[in-house]
Amino acid sequence: MQTKLTVNGEAQTVEHDPRATLLDTLRDGLGLSGTKKGCDHGQCGACTVLLDGERVNSCLCLTAMHDGQEVTTIEGIGSPDKLSALQKAFVEKDGYQCGYCTPGQIMSATALLQEMQKGQASYVSDDLEVPKLTDDEMAERMSGNLCRCSAYPLIREAIAMVADQENEGAQA
Amino acid sequence: MIPFDYTRADALEDAGKALDAKAEVIAGGTNLLDLMKIQVMTPEKLVDITRIDGLSEITKDGDKLRIGALVTNTALANDANVRKGWPLLSRAILAGASAQIRNKATTGGNLLQRTRCPYFYDTSQACNKRAPGTGCAAQGGSGRMLALFGTSEHCLAAHPSDMATAMTALDAVVEIRSADGETRQVPIQAFYQGPGDTPHIENVLAEDDLVTAVILPAPLEGTHQVYRKVRDRASYAFALVTVAAAVKVEDGKIVRADMAFGSIAPHPFQNADVKDMLVGQAPSDALFAKAADALTRAEAPHPDVEYKRPLLRRTLIATLRQACGLSDAHGVDIAKV
Ligand SMILES: Cc1cc2nc3c(=O)[nH]c(=O)nc-3n(C[C@H](O)[C@H](O)[C@H](O)COP(=O)(O)OP(=O)(O)OC[C@H]3O[C@@H](n4cnc5c(N)ncnc54)[C@H](O)[C@@H]3O)c2cc1C
Ligand code: SF4
Ligand code: FES
Ligand code: FES
Repeated sequence: MQTKLTVNGEAQTVEHDPRATLLDTLRDGLGLSGTKKGCDHGQCGACTVLLDGERVNSCLCLTAMHDGQEVTTIEGIGSPDKLSALQKAFVEKDGYQCGYCTPGQIMSATALLQEMQKGQASYVSDDLEVPKLTDDEMAERMSGNLCRCSAYPLIREAIAMVADQENEGAQA
Repeated sequence: MIPFDYTRADALEDAGKALDAKAEVIAGGTNLLDLMKIQVMTPEKLVDITRIDGLSEITKDGDKLRIGALVTNTALANDANVRKGWPLLSRAILAGASAQIRNKATTGGNLLQRTRCPYFYDTSQACNKRAPGTGCAAQGGSGRMLALFGTSEHCLAAHPSDMATAMTALDAVVEIRSADGETRQVPIQAFYQGPGDTPHIENVLAEDDLVTAVILPAPLEGTHQVYRKVRDRASYAFALVTVAAAVKVEDGKIVRADMAFGSIAPHPFQNADVKDMLVGQAPSDALFAKAADALTRAEAPHPDVEYKRPLLRRTLIATLRQACGLSDAHGVDIAKV
């Protein structure tokens, strides 16, 4: 069957089996191997992409169900010569060891910062109305991304660095 | 996954017509695809309901709130009306899964998610829920995630939903549409069915029924609402025990104590006696201990879940202390002034 997607801003028509997940379509169909397969069951977050701007596990998306939708992958937010702020921060803070979980971590963190701007609460928010991005909040909000190398503290530092930059930018 | 036909329903009528014994509805897909990949669920047809109009809205209906079946967990938890009037529901949803999964998971799908009994997931094992009549491997196996209450000799599994537990404490009503277009409303307490000798049947839905909405009755004014979830790690894990409570204290007495307990029964669990013990009384540690003892008296159906009795007991006490203003969310006593 055929599905039309906009992937990283480019219109694509993909031919696929009805059983194809968005993860397999991205990697095998479109050659976008930045998005990783860890568990294939929603348990690790390595496959995180943005679907119409929101983070989802692409291993739990059926390609056929997303006809006409927009997908953003790690390849879509920056390039080696023009890294996104978060990509740069992960490099600077050393927010990884083997790097396998990193694309998922960065896509998830990209969405996290947008969710904070929208005022979305988390399980650890004391006040559902005005959440602040504390270290606890970051740990909770990133809990859908596992890191086998346990780079968690540095991942949080990288995200905090970008959040601070954004806040300063907003105040300036 | 075994091959299946994919059908996109553009309207409720199409979905009703397309559904039969060999078909499954797919909404967020976060539970169904997981189970299809390991062939625990093997539908021959998938009916995609996500493009049907009118199921993705949260609307006020007087004091009530109507939540369309396709409203995502994220949208529901962050809805301004829900945060304000039913914060218990926001808290419970945010306690479940991860941000990625909550963005995809729907209200209908969350209610209908399947159990996390490990033998249900393992097609080489006997499981009456997955394959009726084959037996129950959990009986002689390991079972820390199993239920404490409401089990039968045919199945000991627990329902894992955080959202449904809060909805039960809040007396939500499930709106169901049958293929002939008739709509009926079923209180959530009557929506789920115990295992009996048919553990594969978990609720009152017929094969061509669709859940179209969940309706919350008027907010419980003046209540303090608390959702407490105990799990093996601090986040992104299914519950061992949860307590959802909306408690109102007036003139030194408890005047309302609406509660539901999660992950300890085949459906969100309630106990009217425990509620009756609390209402009309002054909040005190002695009262809470008495209520918690009454709740956890029953015998555990499997030795591995015996630990859930003291755990549930202590979780209820901690929840009531917080809901009555005796301690904060971290269990620290609030000094009386
Ligand atoms: C790693 C992981 C961790 C999780 N942790 C938690 C947790 O801590 N707490 C928790 O509560 N949940 C947790 N979940 C479960 C999650 O909440 C459910 O997977 C989700 O809510 C299901 O919603 P969905 O829309 O994706 O359902 P789907 O997968 O689309 O459907 C689930 C079932 O419901 C049926 N269905 C869906 N919508 C309708 C409808 N409108 N009418 C009739 N039938 C319908 C489908 O046919 C299917 O049988 C977790 C899931 C994963 C993968
Ligand atoms: S407890 Fe229920 S779900 Fe688990 S193996 Fe037994 S029948 Fe299956
Ligand atoms: S590969 Fe999708 S969550 Fe692990
Ligand atoms: S850096 Fe190795 S898994 Fe995260």
